Amino acid sequence: MDIIVCVKQVPDTTEVKIDPKTNTLMREGVPSIVNPFDANAVELALQLRERYGGKVTVISMGPPQAMEALRECIAMGCDEAVLLSDRAFGGADTWATSYTLATAIAKIGKYDMILCGKQAIDGDTAQVGPGVAEHLGLPQVTYIRSAELQGDKAVVERVVDDGHEVIEVSLPFVATVTKDVSLEPRLPSMKGTMKAYKANIPVWGAADIDADPKRIGLNGSATQVRRVFSPQRKGKGEILKGDIEEIAKTVAAKLREATLI
Amino acid sequence: MGIKIDVDKCIGCSLCVKACPFPGAVEVVDKKARFTDKCTVCGACIEACPVKVLSREGVEQATAVDVTQYKGVWVFGETHEGKLANVAMELISEGRKLADQLGEELCAVLIGKNVEGLAKDCYAYGADKVYLIEGDVFEKYQTETFTKAYTNLINEYKPSICIFGASTQGRDLAPRIAVRVGTGLTADCTGLAIDPETKLLMQTRPAFGGNIMATILCPNHRPQMATVRPKVMKKAEPDYNRQGELIRFDAGVTEADLAVNIKEVVKQVLKTVNLEEADIIVSGGRGLGKPEGFKLIEEFAQLLGGAVGASRATVDAGWIPQYHQVGQTGKTVAPKLYIACGISGAIQHLAGMQTSDMIIAINKDPDAPIFEVATYGIVGDLYEVIPALMKEIKKIQES
Repeated sequence: MDIIVCVKQVPDTTEVKIDPKTNTLMREGVPSIVNPFDANAVELALQLRERYGGKVTVISMGPPQAMEALRECIAMGCDEAVLLSDRAFGGADTWATSYTLATAIAKIGKYDMILCGKQAIDGDTAQVGPGVAEHLGLPQVTYIRSAELQGDKAVVERVVDDGHEVIEVSLPFVATVTKDVSLEPRLPSMKGTMKAYKANIPVWGAADIDADPKRIGLNGSATQVRRVFSPQRKGKGEILKGDIEEIAKTVAAKLREATLI
Repeated sequence: MGIKIDVDKCIGCSLCVKACPFPGAVEVVDKKARFTDKCTVCGACIEACPVKVLSREGVEQATAVDVTQYKGVWVFGETHEGKLANVAMELISEGRKLADQLGEELCAVLIGKNVEGLAKDCYAYGADKVYLIEGDVFEKYQTETFTKAYTNLINEYKPSICIFGASTQGRDLAPRIAVRVGTGLTADCTGLAIDPETKLLMQTRPAFGGNIMATILCPNHRPQMATVRPKVMKKAEPDYNRQGELIRFDAGVTEADLAVNIKEVVKQVLKTVNLEEADIIVSGGRGLGKPEGFKLIEEFAQLLGGAVGASRATVDAGWIPQYHQVGQTGKTVAPKLYIACGISGAIQHLAGMQTSDMIIAINKDPDAPIFEVATYGIVGDLYEVIPALMKEIKKIQES
């Protein structure tokens, strides 16, 4: 079965630090990584390929440096990669981004399953996966942690608030993948790393995928950023002093006051 | 396509550089601002410029609509097991304020089987109208049936604003509707307001793992759509004397629209409460030292009637299932009380809980970052502190 995985290169937001003087984000020198949930999606795709055969293609929309993220995916074991990069794609919100990815996927043409990570850890919207599904007119299942083939259908487990659902869906479909112990991304192999280094990864621009210029980048974006600011850091509270019993009495009283107990 | 700058008027103040979320995207050289190819055209600099020399270049929007044709604030009345979801009550309450500021109607949208009885709850929290879309085909939530129903309703009645809870269901449904309708959607908002001048919905949300806040607008497309983080907006006092208008709508959805088959729903047996609904959460981190430490956390949580949370480190170590993970790659929570035990407070954990009303932190290390956000910090051994706390709390509960 042929699987396409959408990945994004993101700054490692778990490594950003706050400048203690200005209380703002220190963004310089933050390493770029494959979005963690996308790495889970790649891992699921590779596990499915191991079971059922076929091909795994990774695709990413991003600036030229996103090529590194695609090479990492090849090093993990993906067969092919495509980078969608064009100044005209810049400024895209999730509508335009999902349109661009969907248009490229339609050009690739052959697929049984499209996997995306649940959300990117910089944008945090979780909207591109469902957007790709809608642009392609395919069924979607969000937050899956496993998949099995049964004929021309797949059976997936979808993680919900208080447990999970077992869902049957016809191929082809789009799924967003969540984190799970069974989806720890594998480390690149030596062979994979050599392959990634030598891989010839095509770069497609807007013209290559026949994208409607009115639906990509800024033009295709209905939402605009008005303002970006640092969150109010919760005011530092108090460190309670005294021996443990006194502290415990104080806290219990505060909880009572707040009608929490 | 990019950010246009009227270079002659630029005063080289560097406020654009400070506002920019992407290092190296804009720089000031020889007292003039200059954009590099790292610029993603996000537009954060445009507002920040004091002399207004920045603008977006060449934006020819595809599906812009006549916004004056769209009126009404809609809230998706998400339901679970025959009841209106808490987040729906919160959003109807908040929607009431938005509708009043705009001088427009507040409507709740109920989609399901046998959900008409929930209309009175919608009126009680402030809705003027309820749009009711009922049928056997809506018995269980799935993306396509609900998307088609809601989209057809939007096309018929043309609301200016549609908000949804940023729940598992809301975040599955809203993006599908937004793309189908061809409008903008902002995810996981923690603030909504109406701009008094433009009457646009200002949608504020965290990004970058909660490290920055962004205010987003959808100026030329309708409806303006947003999903809103649960437990951030306050539920109003319901008034069950309030009445409203019920409008039944045939959305034209049939069995043929069922795109997936939900074969089984497996509920996790939890000794404690559902994490995202909990008013009180007690969380354990690596400071527990061993997986058995969670027994104490569970006892504490049960005493308080709360849920058990966990840091990423403990989940990655296999001490507790991922379901309990609080943080950027886990669950985002905003309970009335969050007690962090043996949790250092790494940024990705804070992103998941720092908007809690009251935070109590227990940690041996006085320099742990968790103390920066804690309302009350206790420096000590949690294996001593927690039993002491439980003893005092029991005293009050029994009195």
